[in-house]
Amino acid sequence: MTRFIWPMIAFAMLAFVLMRGLTLNPNELPSPLSQKPAPLFELPSLADPDVRVGSATYENQLVLVNVWATWCPGCQQEHDFLVSLALTEAIPIFGLNWRDNRPEALRWLEALGDPYMATAYDQDGRIGIDWGVYGAPETFLVDADGIVIYKHIAPLTRDIWQREFLPLINARRSEQ
Amino acid sequence: MRSFIAVFLMIFAVVPAIAIDAGVAFDDPELQARYDKIIAEVRCLKCQNQTIKDSNAFLASDLRREIRRMLNEGQSDDEIYEFLVARYGEFALYRPRMSGKTLFLWLAPFLFVLGGGVILWRVLRRRMAMPIDDETPEEA
Repeated sequence: MTRFIWPMIAFAMLAFVLMRGLTLNPNELPSPLSQKPAPLFELPSLADPDVRVGSATYENQLVLVNVWATWCPGCQQEHDFLVSLALTEAIPIFGLNWRDNRPEALRWLEALGDPYMATAYDQDGRIGIDWGVYGAPETFLVDADGIVIYKHIAPLTRDIWQREFLPLINARRSEQ
Repeated sequence: MRSFIAVFLMIFAVVPAIAIDAGVAFDDPELQARYDKIIAEVRCLKCQNQTIKDSNAFLASDLRREIRRMLNEGQSDDEIYEFLVARYGEFALYRPRMSGKTLFLWLAPFLFVLGGGVILWRVLRRRMAMPIDDETPEEA
């Protein structure tokens, strides 16, 4: 009987590793930006090409930076929640319109509501690269010191908001 | 009809060539060689089992554009890899660099070969220690 102990231990270890692999989502990569300063940037505003918006627009406050585009189905899914979140004034939301088309993006905001304090227009994706964006929607929680404290990939929902974001936001606010 | 087929075939002959900006990007063959090597080692994060050389996702073409820009600015290969890892993590490189986090990844194949070797050695030693007539018990 004892001769089977080592193969069984090896099997159990392999099974553990493979089972863990089943629950990992390879599309949700850990962000190297986590707990690091968010990139500083300045871009034309989506609404007006002559106005510059960027990290200076939201500095010194806790803020959500939401990466979105009209071609992205997940962005459409989360948009209603973002609009309702903006109505509660729980936290300012800054939009990064990524690799999109300005007229279409403006039409989208007009039709579905505009939850953003301002939206930057990242037409060629250059700023998206600095943020390590690889698939919209992505939502970053940036604190008053400009540090990325959380990143969520995939559509934001009320459930994820309450489970992942609220505790961090409350902890940060009670510190101040 | 024949000319229609000819046009049809021509369209399909041309499209793959323009889908990816795979043409010569640099006049300098040395820069071109470095560019070809780098883009073949960078993962397209959007389409994870492709390199940015093979992918025409716009993220891949954005990254190719940035790599061309950095090469033109005279940055070294290491600086370019560092740029990508700082933004997308070690996962962006098909050949992750040796570091504390990736050490196990690099050593694992050797550990497996070593472990297999130890098992093989022990099994063989036990077999060698067995009496010869043990191997054909039915006939004994």
